Amino acid sequence: MSRLIKVKDISKKTDRLYTLDPKDLPKLPYPYEDWEDPPYPEVAEIKRKGKDISLDGILNVPVPAPETDEEKERLVAKFLEGLKKLLTVENNWTFLKPFMLSIDNCVRCNTCAEACPIFEMSGRAEIYRPLFRSEILRRIIRKHISPGGKLTAKFTGSDIDLNWETVARLAQLAYRCTLCRRCAQTCPMGVDNGLIAREIRKLFSQEMGIVPAELHEEGTVKQLETGSSTGISPMALMDLIEFMEEDITERTGLNIKMPFDKAGADILLIHNAGEFLSWPENIEAFAIIFELAGLNWTMSSDLVGYDSVNYGLFYEDVQLARVTLKHAEIAKKMGVKKVVVAECGHAHKAIMAIGDRVWVDDVNIPRESCFVTLEDIIMSGKIKVDPERNNFPVTLHDPCNITRSMGIIQPQRRVIKKICPQFREMTPHGVHNYCCGGGSGFAIMQGANFPSWRMTIPGRKKFAQILGAFTKEEFDSGVNKYVCAPCSNCKGQIRDLLTYYDAWERSRILYGGLVELIVNCMTDVREGFIEWELH
Amino acid sequence: MLIQWVTYVSILIAIVAMIAKALRYMTAPQNFRWELYPVPHERGKAEYGGSYLEELDWWSKPRHSDLFNEVKEMMMEIFLLKGVFHHNKKVWLFSLPFHLGLYICIGWLFLLLLGGIMEAAGSAVVVDAGTFGALVHYLTVISGYVGLILAGYGALGLFFWRALDSNQKAYNSFAEYFNLLFFDVVVVITLAFHFGSDPSFAVLRGYVRSLVTFSPTAIPNVLFTLEIVTMSLLIMYIPLTRMSHFVAKYFLYHAVRWSDTPNERGSKIEKRIMELLQKKVGWSASHIQTGKPWSEVVKEMKK
Ligand code: SF4
Ligand code: SF4
Repeated sequence: MSRLIKVKDISKKTDRLYTLDPKDLPKLPYPYEDWEDPPYPEVAEIKRKGKDISLDGILNVPVPAPETDEEKERLVAKFLEGLKKLLTVENNWTFLKPFMLSIDNCVRCNTCAEACPIFEMSGRAEIYRPLFRSEILRRIIRKHISPGGKLTAKFTGSDIDLNWETVARLAQLAYRCTLCRRCAQTCPMGVDNGLIAREIRKLFSQEMGIVPAELHEEGTVKQLETGSSTGISPMALMDLIEFMEEDITERTGLNIKMPFDKAGADILLIHNAGEFLSWPENIEAFAIIFELAGLNWTMSSDLVGYDSVNYGLFYEDVQLARVTLKHAEIAKKMGVKKVVVAECGHAHKAIMAIGDRVWVDDVNIPRESCFVTLEDIIMSGKIKVDPERNNFPVTLHDPCNITRSMGIIQPQRRVIKKICPQFREMTPHGVHNYCCGGGSGFAIMQGANFPSWRMTIPGRKKFAQILGAFTKEEFDSGVNKYVCAPCSNCKGQIRDLLTYYDAWERSRILYGGLVELIVNCMTDVREGFIEWELH
Repeated sequence: MLIQWVTYVSILIAIVAMIAKALRYMTAPQNFRWELYPVPHERGKAEYGGSYLEELDWWSKPRHSDLFNEVKEMMMEIFLLKGVFHHNKKVWLFSLPFHLGLYICIGWLFLLLLGGIMEAAGSAVVVDAGTFGALVHYLTVISGYVGLILAGYGALGLFFWRALDSNQKAYNSFAEYFNLLFFDVVVVITLAFHFGSDPSFAVLRGYVRSLVTFSPTAIPNVLFTLEIVTMSLLIMYIPLTRMSHFVAKYFLYHAVRWSDTPNERGSKIEKRIMELLQKKVGWSASHIQTGKPWSEVVKEMKK
C-alpha cells in the first residue's frame, strides 16, 4: 500500500492517505523476536471531532477539519501567507539562511532515508520518508511562490495541488519527525530535513496557531505564566524541595539543604521541572554531589527560573526566544558566574546553542553542560566513589540535542566509564546515536492514539538498540540492567518504552539518569541509592 | 560572429547567475546556531564529533581551530565524495566519475583558454613547440578525453540509477533526466567531432582564440557548430539549476553545519543580532504582537 503513495497524492480527498498496520513493523531482537504489537487504536469520535487526521489516522497535532469550502480556502490562503513570511528576513532571520539552503539544494538522492529511524521502523512507509515531507513544501514553494513556478512546475517536478488536504497533511507530517537530524548527518549536500520539519511547525504555529497543546498552551504559555510547564508554582516548588530534603536524609543519612536564590553564587543549576514531579531522586542526586563536592551553587525560585524546559525549541522561534530570555534575565539578576544546565537535552540546546544568539549584550552569562561540571568533580576526586557498587550492566543513551547538535560526547562517557565497571555502548552511539523516539516534544504527548505510534515506530529503534546492548546471558540470568538516559525527555520516553514492552518485568531493564549512578557509588552515601523498581 | 555571441552571452549569464546565487546566501541574515557534529575544525575532537563545549569553563579558554582537518575534510568531500561513499555507495559509483569528470573538464576549458591566449600572443601549442607549448598541448588532449568520458559515463549511470531504482523513481523530475541527458548529448557531440576531425582540439583552441581576440573564425562543419552551441548552452544552464549546488554546499557547510563560533560580548554577531531585533514581526498568531519589533515581542507574551 505504502509503495503506491506519491508526493502528489498528498492532496487526495480520502479519509486516510496511509493505514498503519503492525504487521509492517520490523521484528525486534532477542528476547523480543516473538513480540507482537496490537493494532493501532482509532481515535475516539469525541477526540477527533473537528480535527483532520487524514494522513495516517494518528492524532498529535490539532489540525482543523473545516466544514465549508470557503473556510478551507481561507485556511489555505493563510498558510500561503505564512509560507511567504517564512522566506522573509524580518519574519524569519533566525533560520532564513539554513532554511533557504535546505529548500534550494536537495538533489533528491534519498540517501537520508536510510538514516531515518521513523522511515526504517515503520517498515519503510513512504509518507515517513524524510524526502516525502520536504518535497511537499519544496513543491509548494516552487509552484506557488517562486516567480513563474506554475509555468515550469511540470518540468521541475513541482506539480502539486495546493488544497486543504495538502496543507492539513503537511502539518501532520511535521509532527511525524523527531527533529533528530540524523538524516542531515548523512545528506551529501548538507540539507536538513529536521530543520524543514521544524520550519513547517513554526509556520503553523506563528501564523495559524496550529500546534499541539502540550507544547504551546500547556507548554511554553503555562511556563511563562505560572513558572513551569508542569504547573508547579514557586510556592509549590518549596513544598517539593522540603519533601526532597527529607527524602535525602531518609535514603542516604545525609542532611542537605538545597540552596535557592543565592546571589552571586558560582553556579546557577537549572533543572527540567519534570524531574521535581517524576524523578525527584535526580534533583536530590545533584544536590548531594554538588554539596559534597563543596561547590558554591544555587537554584532559582523565580518564575521560569526553576524550569529549564523550553518547548519553543520544538515548534517556533517567538516562544523559544521568550523562554530562553527569561532564563538569561534570571541568571543576570542573580549575578551568578555561570549557568549549569542539568540533565535535559533540549534545555541544553535552548540555553547554550540557541541561547548563544539570544543571550546577547548584558545577559550574555556563560553556560555549561552539567556533564562537564560532573566530570570535573569526579575526575578531580572532589567526591569519593566505589565503582563496585555499580557492578551491573549499564548502557548509555545519547540525547540528540546534546550530542549531534552540540558535540558534547566524552565528558559523560568518562564519568560513566570510571564509575560503572560493566559499561557498554549502544550501536551506534555518540554523535551517530538514534533518538529515543520522544524527541521534539513527542515524549510529553500522551493524548489520543499518539503514544502507540510513538512506542512502535520512533521508539522501536531505541528499544531495539537497548536490547542489543545486553547479552543473551544477561537476559537469561535475569540480572538487573540499567539504561542511563541523562535527559528528562528521553527518560520519559524510555520509561514509556520499558512499560509498553514490559521490559522491567520481562527482562529486568531499568532506566535512570547519570547522577543517580554517581550517588549510588559515593562512599560518603549509604548504599542502595538506586531503587530497583520501575516508576 | 553569431556563434561567438552565443558563447559570450552564455558565459556572461553563467557568471551573473553564479554571483547572484552566492550573494543570495552571503547576504542572508545572521541566523540562530544550528551546527551539526562532527565539526572537522574541532581540534582533537572532530574524530568522535566533540566540540569545545566539552571543556570546563570553555569561554575562558582559547579555542583552537584545526584548519588543516577542515581543509582535508573539504578535499575528501570535493574530490572523493566522502559523504556519498559512506552513505550511498550505489550513487557514488556514478556520482564520483561524474564529478571528477566535470572538474577535469573545467581544467580542460581553462587549458583551452590558456592555449587560445598563447596562440593569440604568437606562441604555438603543438607537440614540437617547446616545453611549455607541448605541455599545454598534451594536458589539453589528456584532460579533454578523460574528463569527457568520465562525465559522460557518470551522467549515463546516474540517469539509469534514477530511472531504475525503485526508491528513486517517484522523486525524479523531468528536469533531472533532462539535465543528465543534456550532459551526455554534449559529451557525445564533442567526442564525435574531435575523434573524427580534431583529435588534438586544435580547432576548438582556434575557436577559443577567436573568442579571446574578438575576431571571426572558420567553422569547419555542422557538428562543430552543434558542439559549440550545446556546450555554451550547458555552461549557461548549469548555474540556473540545482546542478550548481557546489556554491550552496559551501554555505551549507561553512555557514550552518560547521558554524560554531560563539557569540561574545561586543562581537560582530552580537551587533548583527541587535540590529535584527529591530525588525518588525509580521506573524499573526494570537500570542504574537504583530507589527512590533522582535526586541519587544520576545520580552512579553501577548495575552
Ligand atoms: S535531503 Fe540530502 S540526502 Fe535527502 S534526498 Fe535531498 S540531497 Fe539526498
Ligand atoms: S530529523 Fe530524524 S526523524 Fe526527522 S526525518 Fe530526519 S532522521 Fe527522520
